[in-house]
Amino acid sequence: MKTLVLVEHDNTKLADATLPVVTAAAKLGEVHLLVAGHNCGAVAEAAAKIAGVGKVHVADDAAYANGLAENVAPLAAALMADHDAFLAAATTQGKNVAPRVAAHLDVMQVSEILSVEGPKTFTRPIYAGNAIATVESTDAKLVITVRGTAFEKAATEGGSGTVEAVGGPGDAGTSSFVSSEIAKSERPELTSAKIIVSGGRALKDAETFEATITPLADKLGAAIGASRAAVDAGYVPNDYQVGQTGKIVAPEVYFAIGISGAIQHLAGMKDSKVIIAINKDEDAPIFQVADIGLVADLFTAVPELTGAL
Amino acid sequence: MKILVPVKRVIDYNVKPRVKADGTGVDLANVKMSMNPFDEIAVEEAIRLKEKGAATEIVAVSIGPAKAAETLRTALAMGADRAILVETDDEVEPLAVAKILKAIADEEAPGLVILGKQSISDDSNQTGQMLAALMGRPQGTFANTVEVDGDSVTVKREVDGGLQTVKLSLPAIVTTDLRLNEPRYASLPNIMKAKQKPLVTKTAADYGVDLTPRLKTLKVAEPPVRQAGEKVADVAALVEKVKALGIA
Repeated sequence: MKTLVLVEHDNTKLADATLPVVTAAAKLGEVHLLVAGHNCGAVAEAAAKIAGVGKVHVADDAAYANGLAENVAPLAAALMADHDAFLAAATTQGKNVAPRVAAHLDVMQVSEILSVEGPKTFTRPIYAGNAIATVESTDAKLVITVRGTAFEKAATEGGSGTVEAVGGPGDAGTSSFVSSEIAKSERPELTSAKIIVSGGRALKDAETFEATITPLADKLGAAIGASRAAVDAGYVPNDYQVGQTGKIVAPEVYFAIGISGAIQHLAGMKDSKVIIAINKDEDAPIFQVADIGLVADLFTAVPELTGAL
Repeated sequence: MKILVPVKRVIDYNVKPRVKADGTGVDLANVKMSMNPFDEIAVEEAIRLKEKGAATEIVAVSIGPAKAAETLRTALAMGADRAILVETDDEVEPLAVAKILKAIADEEAPGLVILGKQSISDDSNQTGQMLAALMGRPQGTFANTVEVDGDSVTVKREVDGGLQTVKLSLPAIVTTDLRLNEPRYASLPNIMKAKQKPLVTKTAADYGVDLTPRLKTLKVAEPPVRQAGEKVADVAALVEKVKALGIA
């Protein structure tokens, strides 16, 4: 089987999110990459060095500079004439482009796979990970997005792929890039953070949340999250929400502070490697999933913990 | 301008889904069902655009069992003008949903189609993008802000690490993210009024769409169960554990 992996990048640097996708693609067969961008030669070079990579198709055109799905999807769909499977990371970029490629090919996409079980068989989470479905595609070609936390990252050195320029249909003329605001915060982003400190409704109000959670997160270099209850109560903005209708996270260590552990929250964080819970209610459901639990008043325990680390 | 808003009936987000003992799927019998939360945001956004004068009519669509009519009534009570139910008891995959919506869009000629970015049941996150491809129109996925200006729409999108703004020519497809708005609750008088609003029932065959699934579900299983760990006695013991993890 010949696979085509969409490389994620910003025209200068290849994004790490691409690496687990290469690993997943290698389980299916030969790995070819697609770099669609503008003045993206450095990305193509880096892509060719990824272990196990065969051909690197590079489409260098202003129309692909910002990865607009309207322009990239027809390019990828055209290349799929010579490939059997298209794979992208289950990131906002991959999720934006891949279904469009699938529709061009009249194929049902397999979203956010967790494992490759056979040439056309995969597992994927449904109901925010409350159930795992094993699905087999009956389509002639495959279109897949890959959950990055489920596959090892491919090595960035050791490959000797051949770089080949390809042309594409160019600008579809229906969309244009206006601007981007990428957060420059020192804090890591919630969905890719190694450590997350999350707070719940017990934090009382926005000031108390900030005063209690932020120092611990700063100490650990952690991202800050929150339960839906804390978001609904207005302690923090919406994009902090971890849960079924918020962000799904799987960090190395997840601190749940003053979070009772509602289903909706657990669905978003239960794949974390280590869960640490601090709650004064010893019967809180969060303790049923926590690896390390402390029954205590968070207003004394958290500052004490922060001070001791 | 007309806005088309597809809505899906799903297990209420507060209910824990249970996997059926025979591993064929998730048990939907006697479970509270509601409108998919991202679709509520889509309905709300359409209503706000109408209130601002950017839209003239809102058509809600649902593809699902007869009971999906209740979900459409919710959309009508929130402020949609009329509804189309494409009734089927089969599970319909995103590709087939997109094909039905394409056929409806061909008939209705909406300026915008606003959809939830994903359903909290299947979690596929595909339908809007597929519809956009089938219609040959641009997409503003994971929308945080939507501004209609003449024959274009500017969409600020939630992307990994921040926000991206794109400008799309109309007609366009928008999928909603959480921060776009906070959906309103339907008032009692509006719930009563919604009963009088037009709701037509169709079938997939009316639109010439084949619903045969492309993915075979071989098995649905519970995820690996997480075991509770240990409780520590005090903060000092916790500090020791945290240090042992090598993160501080």
